[in-house]
Amino acid sequence: MRLLIHNMLTSVVKGVKKGYPLTIKATKVETKEVEFNGEFIARMIPRMEWAVVKKAAESIGVSGLPDDVASDYESNEDFLKLAHHALLEVEVIEGALQCPESGREFPINNGIPNMLLNEDEV
Amino acid sequence: MSSRPEHRGPPELFYNDQEARKYTCNSRMIEIQMQMASRAIELLNLPEGQPSFILDVGCGSGLSGEALTEEGHFWVGIDISSSMLNVAVEREIEGDLFLSDMGNGVFFRPGTFDGVISVSALQWLCNADKKSHNPAKRLNRFFSTLFASMVRGGRAVFQFYPENPAQMELITSQALRAGFSGGIVIDYPNSTKAKKFFLCLFCGEAGPMPKGLGTEEETRNTVRYTDAERRQTRKGKQRVAMKSRQWILEKKERRRRQGRGETRPDTKYTARKRRPIF
Repeated sequence: MRLLIHNMLTSVVKGVKKGYPLTIKATKVETKEVEFNGEFIARMIPRMEWAVVKKAAESIGVSGLPDDVASDYESNEDFLKLAHHALLEVEVIEGALQCPESGREFPINNGIPNMLLNEDEV
Repeated sequence: MSSRPEHRGPPELFYNDQEARKYTCNSRMIEIQMQMASRAIELLNLPEGQPSFILDVGCGSGLSGEALTEEGHFWVGIDISSSMLNVAVEREIEGDLFLSDMGNGVFFRPGTFDGVISVSALQWLCNADKKSHNPAKRLNRFFSTLFASMVRGGRAVFQFYPENPAQMELITSQALRAGFSGGIVIDYPNSTKAKKFFLCLFCGEAGPMPKGLGTEEETRNTVRYTDAERRQTRKGKQRVAMKSRQWILEKKERRRRQGRGETRPDTKYTARKRRPIF
């Protein structure tokens, strides 16, 4: 799981109202190179909560992200490169995601979060 | 034994390691999946030359995802079979994967995806594999959470294998209730083998329905209105007598269109008069 999609994840366990953002408890993190696509990153920035990105990145050991989105983010290549690295190149392989409200944990195995719910949680 | 895999058991058991292997080794299966995926992407009608963010429901081993990557899009896949997902990881696909049951709804924030595709997955939702499963409820939950997670103006295209017309109607009516507009596109309707069903849904603004492949000739030959119908529409619709057979049939048709509960089929007994002493 990468940070781009972590930013879009919510917990849908029964009774949880907001369930966002999920806390990452990573035990194994890998970095692999992905081709840079500035246009895509610039399109995704308005859909994301930057504060959540920064906090999640720090929790898995990626530092150096600015506090706020640069005002000229569409043309600011340095900023887009930093965001690209944090959002698409760092991947959580093993660990868990935790719902902030109910405390329910979703295990991550082999890079795949298990979001299956039990019958009583639907 | 039935030829439909949905009848054999729940999807997480059907798509085991052995079945998942077929999706990497069997070139015929791969070719069919890829073809359907490219057709689904074509129906999505995404803006040219712009990388989009797509959700792939029932992504399996990531064949449809590969087609998306080729077009330059980024994608996220969900599937209920961990064997299939493990194969996807082995094949080093580009998207992010999640193990999840689509009948429990999707778990993404509003306005996340530019589009949704799904290849041969939707029919699994029509089955109740557990005591707690209710197909209509699961479809409703799936479509309503999906609707919320999409960008306005986005499209969702599902290739699926409906077992019978009732199933097709159940799926379509639940999708329309969730707020989508659109309908079913049939490719090659006159062929047994090449016939494919695509549920094409619009989120927000509805565009014109895309045409199915291999249907041009048919539309040219059909008569759109008969003279009698044209005369009637010009005068305005005539009212039918209350409680008459025609009235009951129209009422049932209306209920079916609204998708409210179960409506009994029309038979020769519909609106039959009872004997005076009953």
